Amino acid sequence: MAEVGTEVEFVPPAEVEDVELYHAKSWITKYVFSQDAKVIAIQYSGTAIAIGLVALVLSWLMRLQLGFPDSFSFIDAEDYYQFITMHGMIMVIYLLTALFLGGFGNYLIPLMVGARDMVFPYVNMISYWVYLGAVLVLVASFFVEGGPTGAGWTLYPPQAITSGTPGADGGILLMLISLALFIVGFTMGGLNYVTTVLQARTRGMTLMRLPLTVWGIFTATVLALLAFPALFVGAIMMTLDNILGTSFFMPLMVEQGELLKYDGGSPILFQHLFWFFGHPEVYIVALPAFGIVSDLLSVHARRHIFGYRMMVWAIVIIGALSFIVWAHHMYVSGMNPYFGFFFATTTLIIAVPTALKVYNWTLTLWKANIQFTIPMLFALAFIVTFVNGGITGLFLGNVVVDVPLSDTMFVVAHFHMVMGVAPILVIFGAIYHWYPLITGRMYNEAMAQFHFWVTFIGAYTIFLPIHYLGFLGVPRRYFEMGETTFIPESAETLNAFVTVVALIVGFAQIVFFYNVITSMIKGKKAGHNPWKAASLEWQTPDVPPSHGNFGKDLPVVYRWAYDYGVPGADDDFVPQNVPKEQVKGTA
Amino acid sequence: MPWKAEQIRADNLHDGVAYALPVSKLGLRILITCMSVFLLLFVIAYSDRMVVSDWRPLQDPWILWLNSALLIFSSLAMQKSLVSVRQDQRESMKNYLYLAGGFSFGFVLGQVWVWNILIESGYFAAANPANAFFYLLTGLHGAHLLGGLVAWGRLIVKEGNGVETVKMVESVELCTIYWHFLLVVWVVFFGLLLFS
Repeated sequence: MAEVGTEVEFVPPAEVEDVELYHAKSWITKYVFSQDAKVIAIQYSGTAIAIGLVALVLSWLMRLQLGFPDSFSFIDAEDYYQFITMHGMIMVIYLLTALFLGGFGNYLIPLMVGARDMVFPYVNMISYWVYLGAVLVLVASFFVEGGPTGAGWTLYPPQAITSGTPGADGGILLMLISLALFIVGFTMGGLNYVTTVLQARTRGMTLMRLPLTVWGIFTATVLALLAFPALFVGAIMMTLDNILGTSFFMPLMVEQGELLKYDGGSPILFQHLFWFFGHPEVYIVALPAFGIVSDLLSVHARRHIFGYRMMVWAIVIIGALSFIVWAHHMYVSGMNPYFGFFFATTTLIIAVPTALKVYNWTLTLWKANIQFTIPMLFALAFIVTFVNGGITGLFLGNVVVDVPLSDTMFVVAHFHMVMGVAPILVIFGAIYHWYPLITGRMYNEAMAQFHFWVTFIGAYTIFLPIHYLGFLGVPRRYFEMGETTFIPESAETLNAFVTVVALIVGFAQIVFFYNVITSMIKGKKAGHNPWKAASLEWQTPDVPPSHGNFGKDLPVVYRWAYDYGVPGADDDFVPQNVPKEQVKGTA
Repeated sequence: MPWKAEQIRADNLHDGVAYALPVSKLGLRILITCMSVFLLLFVIAYSDRMVVSDWRPLQDPWILWLNSALLIFSSLAMQKSLVSVRQDQRESMKNYLYLAGGFSFGFVLGQVWVWNILIESGYFAAANPANAFFYLLTGLHGAHLLGGLVAWGRLIVKEGNGVETVKMVESVELCTIYWHFLLVVWVVFFGLLLFS
């Protein structure tokens, strides 16, 4: 990107005049009710990971039942459905969305755009406590009579609020209240992320000089602001059906021999509302992962991202298209076949920009100086698992193929690959990558290698066989199979094998936590910019970055975030805030 | 072409701002967009449901027309308050603010009155989908207005603390935009109720 012989005049830094940085005075306002986005990010991340561990344990319990049915008296059918529901809801919304947007978004956006903090720090602070409130309300549902809801994370009516479903007493109500709180909190947070990216960038930081991490999180936030209202609408209407006896979603029905008072409602309306949210939601998880992977690959392959502008457009187009594919989750709901045809078409179209991103990641690596660091390993593992999961999505995206596969374990395998394995690998990669920045220390390499290989190989070993179970016709959300003519005994053995692997992979995460915690105290000091990355978050005067991020003067940006291997430059990278005159050897 | 010298020079001087708007105004616009999607989905659900044969539309209580008038007046008062503060007429701004708040509280009380009348007449939410949607739409609109009244309250406190006019202009502008938005939402909702 450096042109020989061109001079650039001195560019003064621009301070955003109308944002006064809030300076906390007491311990409480510094570390508890903090308005500093970095502290809020840690709070979000800690809470999200904590509740994610609860969901992980629930998944172990589910696997114990599937692998060894009739072996555990403390797991009955009702418990099993509650495990499924809470595991799914926590993982998708309370872990992945919260961690990518609230955790990584809060920490990285101000640093990467060159701002001192988010534009609405007070609202940002409140957003975390509302999120925590949402988590606590959700946890409370474990302790009410009847336990948490067992309606599936999709919460389909009418069963979600009828007595045959676990949690119909209080669990479903607490779930809906929790979701409402979450949505309010994330609207507040989302306002911050979007407005900060649009209005609080530092001088020289055009939108097309932003790192792809910011583009991914920004686009995901726009999606969240537009899609979460649909879930909110469904939650409110279902709450009224539950507590006031209205019939928004409840049809005329008989429950255990008794005619209920509901009439005229449409369960399909809920499905439309839910999936109008639900599909963008999966891109709210995927787009930040895409952005982060681009940055991990670039830094650790010492190479600019191939086709940066098309990568930006791909993120934006994927985001836009994600709003017109929702009914591919409803092919078996009894819809008009032409409706299904439309959504199958849009679903296949969305695969195009997604595939473009995979090609560009691959081309970024072509003849690059690849460093097989832990973040690079996780980024590569993401590509492999996401391609795998994406291809199985092509099967499910086609109506006729989806009909026999719908509600089988094939769907479970697909969404775990794309939502579970792939983004989680990115989260690990991102934590290892930004660990030296956030803590000022390096993690233990040996433990990290162990963690990576066990997690990557293990996750594949868990979910690849589950595709096969789906082909056989093993249904999802079944407590036990019983005797069937079409499922061989080997499927039981396979289930047992998957359970054992899942438990091993689950326990291996202890190594990750041990590494993260002990390295914070005993790890080697990382120093300034150990990965020699070009983006702004690594150019702060203090490591970890202190309040205000950039010291007295905001940085001025002279280039994009991917100047690696610039011909004639002294080093193999040029940070974004280095003016041309200081890139030696280009005179 | 971002790699050309002239473009690099221009980009280096870019002040990092996408829109010539204060951040609070952009934030409010984004919030209003979010709320519009939220309320539009209810409109779609309503439109979908009202064509089913068991729909029994409510007799429109005349009080709704009175409440609509109160909301229009409160919007007008907000607008007058904005005009006043832009002209640095603080006393006039304060009076119109109080008027706007008064009309808004009147609207909320009027809505509660309507609910009371309907419930006493046996129009329970569970009895008919038209009833359910009525309570839902008016309840949501009222809840958003109450949220606006919290912001209005902060404005009154700011005014009492003698905050400088430049900052008051921005705050009153935000409130006014929000009030007008809620008026438009009410027009849509009321229109739907009348249409069905």
